[in-house]
Amino acid sequence: MSARAVRAWLPALSFALVVGAIAWLNPRAISYLGFNLMLNLAVPIALATIAQMFVIAGNELDLSIGPFVGFVGCVTATWLRDSPLLGAAALIAAIAIYAALGALIYRRSLPSIVVTLGMSFVWLGLAILLLPKPGGKAPDWLLATVGYQPPWIPLPILAALVIAGVAHFGLMRTSYGAILRGSGGNPAALARAGWSLLKTKVVLFALAGCFGVLSGMTLIGITTSADANIGSGYTLLAIAGVILGGGEFVGGRVSPVGAVMGALTMALAASPLLTFMNIPPDWQVAANGAILIIVLAVRALVSTRE
Amino acid sequence: MTSLLRTLSAKPWLWSFLGALVLWLVTVAFTGGQGGGGMLTAALALSQFTVIVGIGQMFVITLGPGNVDLSLPANIGLASAVAMKVMDGNDSMVVLGLVAALACGAAIGTANYALIRALRIPPIIATLSASFIIESADISYGRGLQIKPPPGFADFTNLQLLGVPLLAILTIVFSICAGIALQRMVYGRSVLAIGQNMRAAWLAGLPVGRIRLLTYTLSGALGGIDGALLAGYFRGANVDIGNEYLLASLAVVVIGGTSVAGGKANVPGIWGAALFLVLLLTMLNTFGVSAGLRMLITGLVIVGVIAAAGGRE
Repeated sequence: MSARAVRAWLPALSFALVVGAIAWLNPRAISYLGFNLMLNLAVPIALATIAQMFVIAGNELDLSIGPFVGFVGCVTATWLRDSPLLGAAALIAAIAIYAALGALIYRRSLPSIVVTLGMSFVWLGLAILLLPKPGGKAPDWLLATVGYQPPWIPLPILAALVIAGVAHFGLMRTSYGAILRGSGGNPAALARAGWSLLKTKVVLFALAGCFGVLSGMTLIGITTSADANIGSGYTLLAIAGVILGGGEFVGGRVSPVGAVMGALTMALAASPLLTFMNIPPDWQVAANGAILIIVLAVRALVSTRE
Repeated sequence: MTSLLRTLSAKPWLWSFLGALVLWLVTVAFTGGQGGGGMLTAALALSQFTVIVGIGQMFVITLGPGNVDLSLPANIGLASAVAMKVMDGNDSMVVLGLVAALACGAAIGTANYALIRALRIPPIIATLSASFIIESADISYGRGLQIKPPPGFADFTNLQLLGVPLLAILTIVFSICAGIALQRMVYGRSVLAIGQNMRAAWLAGLPVGRIRLLTYTLSGALGGIDGALLAGYFRGANVDIGNEYLLASLAVVVIGGTSVAGGKANVPGIWGAALFLVLLLTMLNTFGVSAGLRMLITGLVIVGVIAAAGGRE
C-alpha cells in the first residue's frame, strides 16, 4: 500500500482500532443501545470539529469554538424555548459575528489565535449573562429530534454519516469548495486568479459559525439543560478531531470524512474505552493527547517513506 | 504634544502603558482618590505572573509563524503541585521546591520540542497534545490535595518594599536581563534571525535546532517557576491555577508590540500590556460589574486593541 493510501486510511484505521478494542473488552457495547449511549455526545463534538475544520481549511485556528458552543447552548435552553423568534435571531446574529470576525482577521491581517482567544471571553461572558446558573430547558421539538430512534442504525451513527456527507460534498465536490480549500493552499495564486480572499475567509468563518450553532443545539438536545461552561472542552477536542482526521495545519489540506471519524475516535477513546479498561477518569484527557501523538507519530513514519 | 505623538508612533508599545495609566486614573477618579496606591501594588503583584510567562511566550512567538506554547496553563498547574509537594509545608525545602518546579517546567519544554522535531508537527498541535497529557498528570498527581505552601515561602511571595512587591522588583530585573539577552546577546539575535527567516538563519550557520530547543525549554522553565510562585502567592496549588495564563500570555505579547509573524520582539511592552489587562479588571471590579459583563468587556477590549494595533504589515 502506498504511503498516500496509508495516510488517507489512517483516520478509519484508528477509529476501527478503538471500536475493535471496545468490542474485545465488552462485546455487549457493540449493539444498537450501546452505540446510542457511547456515541451520544459524539454528534455535537463532530459538528464542532467540522466547524473547526472550515477555519483550519483557511489556515486559521478558532480557539473560541468551545465557549461559542456553550453560548449557543445557553441561547437554546432559554430564548429559543421561551421566544423562538428572539432565539433564532440571536443565533443568526452569532453566525453574522463569526462572518464579521473572518472579515476583520483578513482585513487587518490579525493572528486568528489571539482574536478568537479574545472572542472566547466574549462568548463565555455572554453565556454567563444569559444563564448565570446552570439551568434552562431544551425546546420540546429539539428533544424529540435528538431522541428519535431510527430503525436498524443508531441515530448518532446516522447523524455522523449525514454530517460527513454534507461537509464532504460541500467542500470537496463543489467548485466553490475547491476555491475555499485553495484559499488555504495557495492564497496568492487564488487572488491572482481573481477570487476574493476576503469572501473566502468570510464564508469559511460563517460556515464555522453555522456548524458551531448546530453543535450547541444538539448538545442541549442531549443534555436537556444548559450551563455557560458546557462547551469548554470542545475547543481542544475539535482541533484534535481535525488533525486526527488527516487535516494539516497549513495548506488547506483537510478531510471532512476524516474529521468526523477523528471526532468519533476522540469521543469513544476519551470515555467508553477507558472505562472498559478500568483506567481512572483522571487520565481521560491524557488519552486524547496520547492518541493524537500516536496517530501523528504513525503519520510521520509513513511520510518519511513518501 | 507633537513630540509626544512622535515618540508614541515610534514606540507603539508605549500605548499600553498610556492605556494602563488612563485606566488607573479613571478608577482612582471613580473611588474619589481612595486606594490608588494599593491598586498599583496589587496590579504589579498580579502583572508579575503574567510577565514571567509572557516573556517565555514572547521568545517562542518570535521564532516565527506557528510557534506558540499552548501548554503553559497545564505546565503552570503541574509545576505548582510539584513545588508544593516537594516543599511539603517545610521552609527548609523551599529552594528544592523551586528547583523542582523549574526542572519540571524545563522538562515539559524540552518534551514539547522533542514532539515538534520527532513528529514534524506544528508547535501548536505538539504543545496542545502535550498539554492534554500534562493536565491529566496534574489531576492524577495533585489529586484532592490542596497543599499549603510553607509559611516562609508564602510570606516571601507576598513581601512588599515601600508598597512595591518584592517579586515584581525581581521580575523587573529579570525582564531587563531578558531584554538584554534578546537585543544584545547571540542567543536573542539568533531567535530574531530565525523568526525573520528560518532558512536564511540556517544557511548562515546558526544552530537553528539548538536555539529552538533552548527557547521551548526556557518557556517551559518560566512556566514552571511561575507555577511555584503562584502557589505561594495564592497560598495553595490547584489544577486550574494556570488556566487564565493562556490568553494572558498571548495577549500581553501581542498587545506589547511583539510581531506574531516572528522576528520582532519587545520586552517593555509586555509589562505595559500586563498592567493594562490587570488594571482593566481592577476598574471593572471597582465599578461593580458582574462576572459575565467583566468577561465580555475584557474580550472585546482585547479584540479591539489587537484590531487597532493591526497584524503583519
